[in-house]
Amino acid sequence: MIAQDLKSALQESCPDLEERDSLDWPAYNCPVAKLTDILQTLRDDHGYDALMDVTGIDNGVEASPRFTVVYHVFSSKSFGYVRIAADCEDDENPVAPTATGLYQSANWMERETYDLLGIKYDGHPDMRRILMWAEYPHHPLRKDFPLAGFENEISDPEIATNTGVKVKPAPMAGGPFVAQQSVFESKREPAAKDESWNEKNEKP
Amino acid sequence: MATETTEYNVPDSGSKVAAAAKEFETEHLAVSMGPSHPSTHGVLRLNLELDGEIVRKCDPEIGYLHRGDEKIAENMTYNQFVPYTDRLDYLAPLASNAAYAMAVEKLANLEVPERCQAIRVVTSELARISAHLLGLGAYTMDVGALTVFMITFEEREKLYMLFEELTGARFTTSYSRIGGVTRDMPDGWMDRVLAFCEQFLPLLDDVEALLTRNRIWFDRTADIGIISKEDAIAYGLTGPNMRGSGVDVDLRRDAPYSGYEKYDFEVPLGENGDCYDRYAVRMEEMRQSVRIVRQAIAKMPGGSFYAEDAKKIFAPRKEKILSSMEELIQNFMITTEGPDMPAGEVYFEAENPKGALGFFIVSKGGGVPYRMKIRGPSFNNLSILEKVCLGGMISDVSAILGSLDFVMGECDR
Repeated sequence: MIAQDLKSALQESCPDLEERDSLDWPAYNCPVAKLTDILQTLRDDHGYDALMDVTGIDNGVEASPRFTVVYHVFSSKSFGYVRIAADCEDDENPVAPTATGLYQSANWMERETYDLLGIKYDGHPDMRRILMWAEYPHHPLRKDFPLAGFENEISDPEIATNTGVKVKPAPMAGGPFVAQQSVFESKREPAAKDESWNEKNEKP
Repeated sequence: MATETTEYNVPDSGSKVAAAAKEFETEHLAVSMGPSHPSTHGVLRLNLELDGEIVRKCDPEIGYLHRGDEKIAENMTYNQFVPYTDRLDYLAPLASNAAYAMAVEKLANLEVPERCQAIRVVTSELARISAHLLGLGAYTMDVGALTVFMITFEEREKLYMLFEELTGARFTTSYSRIGGVTRDMPDGWMDRVLAFCEQFLPLLDDVEALLTRNRIWFDRTADIGIISKEDAIAYGLTGPNMRGSGVDVDLRRDAPYSGYEKYDFEVPLGENGDCYDRYAVRMEEMRQSVRIVRQAIAKMPGGSFYAEDAKKIFAPRKEKILSSMEELIQNFMITTEGPDMPAGEVYFEAENPKGALGFFIVSKGGGVPYRMKIRGPSFNNLSILEKVCLGGMISDVSAILGSLDFVMGECDR
């Protein structure tokens, strides 16, 4: 009953809303452009005040639409969840609107989805990788990414003998155990600021 | 007679301070804290920008423990993934095992017997005590109180002995199977758990006597790292961190699973959302866990510890496999192809020691998930660091980290 009310209420803000197959919570498919509107309606009018989970699904290399973004919102009043899913339009470079304007928690979870699935979030304030390092070239949760990595002519003999798969080790340039200089804001050794001379004013 | 007055020029003290502050204004100092720093409890790295001792910017860097659990899950059967759930929250593997099994059982629409539910409640609550004890010990050690750590680790050792007797492993228990648990409790194990609870509560009082009204502890934690109620919800905080800010949500009580509705317990709430409140909430949660364990053991139902009628999900017992052809085939199918699951999507969250551990499973049928997203509570709990550390001292950072009580295994997955 509640699900029926919710559906008709959400359909007011988005007529294209469809029910999505689900084994537990109410779930809806909506056009990707309407995603933030739906989430805003859920948050402001229906009390779904916490965004618990953001993720994406790769429906397969051949499938079109290939990528689906999925949001789970939770109400701290009624203790129920709602699942909102939207298919990304572009299969090559999927883009979805960000929910960071509505929920702070979307920030890191959308970064993770971008990192692992390569779905870009339009308007996200800080679209960097989060689990993999910045130079990592692939999106490992895509279905065309093999579990052991891509086979390569110039493979690493040690990995090949251990796993039987000819892969290169993941590029570690600036990788996780190397401090990246770019993140340090300070340009020189810390010192008290002496304003009598600097790059512009010559030392007297 | 006219008095002679002298006029003194006294500049106002405010502008004097401002001038002095400008004179001593220092350049911001970039400090990389971690990934192997004792108070980052694992491999968390914080890129801090300091103005003297004040934190002006905090950029947490995670992923050092990323093992690709979600990718691994797509390539193996549901039962094979159980050992990987040990390594999510490796301080409370029993609770993670149960949460994962319950998520998959929800997908299969499978009711497990009451005895199995009660065993899961007992083990999850013991795991909660164990996780909170470690969190508390490490937290107090980070702010300089070493004695508590000794007490809590001795208690954890006793719990580990109980876990070892139950599961065969101290740390990586892998106790759950889809549709049940690996084995029933050994004889006399429940009495030993009760004996543990009996001696544990006075020790908890000792810990409280050491900390709760301790001036130094109070100075280090009270009014430090305040998280408002709104922020706690907006950043997706869950578990004791959220309840420390006064948000009254506990999935065990509000969305009961595994028979939690049968037990009587209270949900402690904080008021200010500071480090002290989060400590107080965890202390009380341990007492409530003892309460739940005692109730669950007192009315431990008989019967089977696994779903006997779910023949395509739970592998049959060894003695049956060796004597019956049908069971042998079942065991072969479940081992090679995995349990038989319907197609569909489920999302299940369980109230784990660190917060709500969620599993989003997309199944296309068969024994292997098509996509499995793991929502690690520590991931969201850490995302608030970039806000809560600002404006505090660098020495507060370790108090905040300790009070958030995160574990990188489930943050990085």
